[in-house]
Amino acid sequence: MSKMHALTGNEAAAYAMKQIDPDVVPAYPITPQTELMQTFAQYVADGAVQTEMILVESEHSAMSAGVGASAAGARVMIATSANGLALMWEIVYITASSRLPIVMAVVNRALSGPINIHCDHSDSMGCRDAGWIQIYSENCQEVYDNMVQALRISEHKDVLLPVMSTHDGFIISHTVERVDALKDEEVKKFVGEYKSLYPLLDVSKPVTYGPLDLQDYYFEHKKQQAEAMKIAKRVILEVGEEYGKLSGRSYGLFDEYQTEDAEYIIIALGSTAGTAKAAVDDMRAMGKKVGVIKLRVFRPFPAPELVQALSNAKAVAVLDRSEGFSGIGGPLFQEVRSALYRKADMPVSGYVYGLGGRDITPEMIAGVFGDLKEGRIHEDEAFHLGVRE
Amino acid sequence: MSNIIEIRWHGRGGQGAKTVAEFLALVALNEGKYSQGFPEYGPERSGAPIKGYTRISEGRIKMHSAIYHPDIVLVLDSSLLDSVNVCDGLKEGGIVIINTTIPIPELVKKYAFLNGKKVWTLDANQIAKDEIGKAIPNMPILGALVKASEVVKMDSVINDIREEFTKKFPPKILEGNIKAVKRAYEEVSGG
Repeated sequence: MSKMHALTGNEAAAYAMKQIDPDVVPAYPITPQTELMQTFAQYVADGAVQTEMILVESEHSAMSAGVGASAAGARVMIATSANGLALMWEIVYITASSRLPIVMAVVNRALSGPINIHCDHSDSMGCRDAGWIQIYSENCQEVYDNMVQALRISEHKDVLLPVMSTHDGFIISHTVERVDALKDEEVKKFVGEYKSLYPLLDVSKPVTYGPLDLQDYYFEHKKQQAEAMKIAKRVILEVGEEYGKLSGRSYGLFDEYQTEDAEYIIIALGSTAGTAKAAVDDMRAMGKKVGVIKLRVFRPFPAPELVQALSNAKAVAVLDRSEGFSGIGGPLFQEVRSALYRKADMPVSGYVYGLGGRDITPEMIAGVFGDLKEGRIHEDEAFHLGVRE
Repeated sequence: MSNIIEIRWHGRGGQGAKTVAEFLALVALNEGKYSQGFPEYGPERSGAPIKGYTRISEGRIKMHSAIYHPDIVLVLDSSLLDSVNVCDGLKEGGIVIINTTIPIPELVKKYAFLNGKKVWTLDANQIAKDEIGKAIPNMPILGALVKASEVVKMDSVINDIREEFTKKFPPKILEGNIKAVKRAYEEVSGG
């Protein structure tokens, strides 16, 4: 069925985009995303896709061009990283509130300053409240799989929300791994032909995008967005299951690894979840009951499902790859602890790690499990793992 | 993790360490294995010391950290030996392959960190100059690796050079690369 490729995370995302063949792709380069659009631009130049690529002068313009094209009725895909996402900011919110189903690959990179091109999640976590669905990929295979699924989730008539499909800068974006890709026609059939429900260019059914919306209706529109985000959870599961039937790789809201009898569980996003799984393999070989939950979907946040999955653990550690500056803990820690509040009574320990690309190793993960076992719980203030004091 | 072979490449910007680290991952993958190939990104300057990494395994590789305890170390530029402990974290009895003309006993005497390691050497610059016309040592070093470790098969390397580089290189350079790999396989010595 599938064909095996050796691809970097960026190439995997670009390959999925090639198979999808979106109508419009606005692009502006930024490390470590650049290689993704460079690869896709080659497909455009080779005539492998019919996409109209719009080369703009900034990320603000890239997102704006995406909004215009999507409102007009086109299927739009886009990509960025870090400061590029920050420059898009205003339009990121407008995309979601205009209910435009745009899929954006976010190649996670630390926000300046100081200037740093390496991975952390401060960019995508910064827009966790923007109204976009957020999906995090662990490896190059998932980058490919999630890009294909993201469109279906985004364009679902009950959802109509943009999706950020993220992967870790350099750690995944620039690592060559095995990727099993579907055939072109399988992807085309899976994503289907896009038909916008409210195209601006259909003059027989006039619609308005981006009007003034004051005390009279703004609140109702925000409530609708919140409702759509709730529905997205169901759609993500449906699409993940359907994709599983097609590819042999099904997807849920999160991935449970060796958690069934686990006394201690680590929750992480992205490539670190893979490193944590490797650590769990080693510790299981020594008879230790430890497990990992890789959160795939951060928005919408799967609170009741996580509570269920964690219910038998003695203690939980949450690894955040962004600071948040709350003084308490990172964004993932706060969501997990809120989810557990009055639902389960177990210590939740917060760690901030890996900022600006600082490496995280299986030994460091083993150290976190050791903390949990020995009762060193960081619940009032996150522990900064791997920082030099 | 014992079933994963971890390989670390030491070179200088421009010697092709990134290319060969990723190319080896591709060769392993085409042999039906799982693999990862990635460079360590810093400020990218020609001549600056850089590292590349390759992991090869029969099963899917979950880990995504850098490589700190390699099974094999490859040194594309022997001048690095003066400034970098290339054997840092190398497993006891691990393999080190160095691009140099200095005899092995002399090397081990000069660089204490090579003690207890399986040291192999070859003049990859000369091989590359003769066969490819340019002293880019990455492909000869790959030939030496196949001899010293058999992590992948020579036939797979040659097939994949043809497969991958036919579009990128003119036929003469392509065949030069293949000759360089084969010659390095014959000329590397040590162990």
